[in-house]
Amino acid sequence: MKGKALPKQFLIKNGDIIDPVKGERFIGSVLINSGRIEKVGKRISANGATVYDAGGKVVTHGFCDVHVHFREPGREDKETLATGAEAAIAGGFTQVCAMPNTEPPLDSPESIRFIVEKAADLPVKIHPIGAISVGQQGKELTELGAMAQEGAVAFSDDGIPVMDSGVMRRVLEYAGPLGMPVINHAEDLTLKLDGQMHEGSWSTRLGLSGIPDVSESIMVNRDLELASMTGGRLHVPHVSSAKSVEWIRGAKAGGLDITAEVTPHHLFFTDEDLHSFDTNYKVAPPIRTENDRQVLMTAVKDGTIDCIATDHAPHTVEEKEAPFDWAPCGMIGLESAFGAVWKVLSELGMNLEEVIHCFTINPRLVMDFEEDLFSAGTEAELTILDPDEEWIFAKEHIHSKSRNTPFSGESLKGRIKATITGGKFFKL
Amino acid sequence: MGFLSNRHLLGLAETPKEDIEMILQHASSFREVLDRPIKKVPTLQGKTIVNLFFEDSTRTRISFELAQKRLSADTVNFSAGSSSLKKGESFKDTAQNIEAMKIDCIVMRHPVPGAHIHLINYVNSVVVNAGDGTHEHPTQGLLDMMSLLEVKGKLDGLKVAIIGDITHSRVARSNIHGLVKMGVQVMLCGPPNLMPVNIEELGVTVNYDVDEVLEWADAVNVLRIQRERQGVSYVPSVREYRDLFGITRERVERLNKQITIMHPGPMNRGVEIDSDVADSENAIILDQVLNGVAIRMAVLYLLLGDQPEES
Repeated sequence: MKGKALPKQFLIKNGDIIDPVKGERFIGSVLINSGRIEKVGKRISANGATVYDAGGKVVTHGFCDVHVHFREPGREDKETLATGAEAAIAGGFTQVCAMPNTEPPLDSPESIRFIVEKAADLPVKIHPIGAISVGQQGKELTELGAMAQEGAVAFSDDGIPVMDSGVMRRVLEYAGPLGMPVINHAEDLTLKLDGQMHEGSWSTRLGLSGIPDVSESIMVNRDLELASMTGGRLHVPHVSSAKSVEWIRGAKAGGLDITAEVTPHHLFFTDEDLHSFDTNYKVAPPIRTENDRQVLMTAVKDGTIDCIATDHAPHTVEEKEAPFDWAPCGMIGLESAFGAVWKVLSELGMNLEEVIHCFTINPRLVMDFEEDLFSAGTEAELTILDPDEEWIFAKEHIHSKSRNTPFSGESLKGRIKATITGGKFFKL
Repeated sequence: MGFLSNRHLLGLAETPKEDIEMILQHASSFREVLDRPIKKVPTLQGKTIVNLFFEDSTRTRISFELAQKRLSADTVNFSAGSSSLKKGESFKDTAQNIEAMKIDCIVMRHPVPGAHIHLINYVNSVVVNAGDGTHEHPTQGLLDMMSLLEVKGKLDGLKVAIIGDITHSRVARSNIHGLVKMGVQVMLCGPPNLMPVNIEELGVTVNYDVDEVLEWADAVNVLRIQRERQGVSYVPSVREYRDLFGITRERVERLNKQITIMHPGPMNRGVEIDSDVADSENAIILDQVLNGVAIRMAVLYLLLGDQPEES
């Protein structure tokens, strides 16, 4: 994917501007000067500027995904920082947070620096998340402070739950004053065992071993208790069950400063979709029931869940072609994220501004990133999209190095038309 | 080619009742062949069948192989023990390499549920499921129905209990799907931590009192029990299992009726079933084994046969 370098003065006119920070929506223009926002407004004239007519399409902040797996270092056959960045751009994302379950894991200041340096020249901002424990073993804490200094934006052993409550307590205590979110993959492994899919009517029918919803909600509840006790900043990743939503809703009502994310696939699919044993639906935590899906959507609408995160998890074709129990968990999701989420949430009655919040300002608030991307002097990160375009997601829309996605063949609503990031204009 | 509505036999969940009836009917004809001095018919002459076993099996493999030989098919056996699987070759490559040698049918046993659905995506051969993990074992379900039909004369309205570890049993799942389609009332019994959630949705009832279950049933299918699975303990002790769920001589003698006893094997004598019960007149366990050959002949013929069988 090749972007065009932005001309010195670049005027996007006739845009349906959505400003998630000011809460405004109007037909107007965005003027970019030397790659930075100069002005956003209803009428802007700029002599000599190169003009791009947005044709009434939505122009808003570049999306931010707080949960991706870019597999570098170690599994560059699945994804690299560079190919992951391309997938992000195709999905309208200009910033992502990369999980540390690489090979070796990002569990040291040196490995954090490796990502920061390697990603420096890429057009997407890739923020590394540092591991909580050495080797993601769940025992010994990593050098959290030093990793933060090198550019880690949060801590997580993602993919591997922190089973030891004492370790979870200590990282929340330690990371609290650093202002860093702690993200725990919430699945009680003693309840999960060798589970392959959500435990329910479909696991019973298919004979696949089940993962009960309480394997998540028990650990979410534990983490909320520990966050309350320690004052640490907990962020709950990929919430999958109605029961977890209830705990998070209760904690937020009680004033606890925590955040939560949900994935497009948990909002889009149900366990019934696994009926043909398609390993592209295999993911952790698992896709659950229609009731869970409904509760998750409502939780996005009422703000219990703050943001959408893709959990973009590339795997090779041969790995996903294995029999179900032997195939790895996870699916790619950057390219299809907006179309999938806008489709289901617009059907639920959410408006576009609310949904765009979940892709822009909210994830940035979770990570304490600069959220006002329209303020003058900010490096231009914009997403231009057509919310009304209905399209069928297919292999040719994938820019990731991997192709493992259950969204292939699905009808989506809303499509990214262009992404401006890293001083470049990417037409899609 | 093929006389059934599906090209493969993957499970009884997706096999229509008419197909089950057709298989049972043909199996009883093939059953007669097995009583002849020369137990061989030329039905599948020139057909090549590969028995692809990624999991240990003695009786199912021998049963399939005998069925194939009785039908004059050429057969090749492949087992995971000596296989390229251990050399890291993918499941897909293994299957495609074998198919490249021009074969007609793959009979596969695999430890992972749904492996057969993957297989049909990778090969063009007819696929017969000889057991996929804890999902289905359709020929076992069919041979159990055939055996019941033999002693009871009909299936519709019959009361059949399945007792044991239902969660991890492909035999239970195939039996449930098949029996329910044929109008049989099915009751399940076993340790509550080995009863899958929402199993009632498959059209069965659950009762944890084995004496009540035996009182109710016309026939009982006793499953093999394992105390542990992958290091996880489900059954506290053999003694307790026998006490709560074992089909003991005392239990059967207390009944004021004859009850048909089935077991898919291999049996743990003295655990889920007493020897006196397993060897009693009411037990049809060895008939099940014999019928297994007939059922597999019928399935292979109906899937691979070119013309109607001359009988």
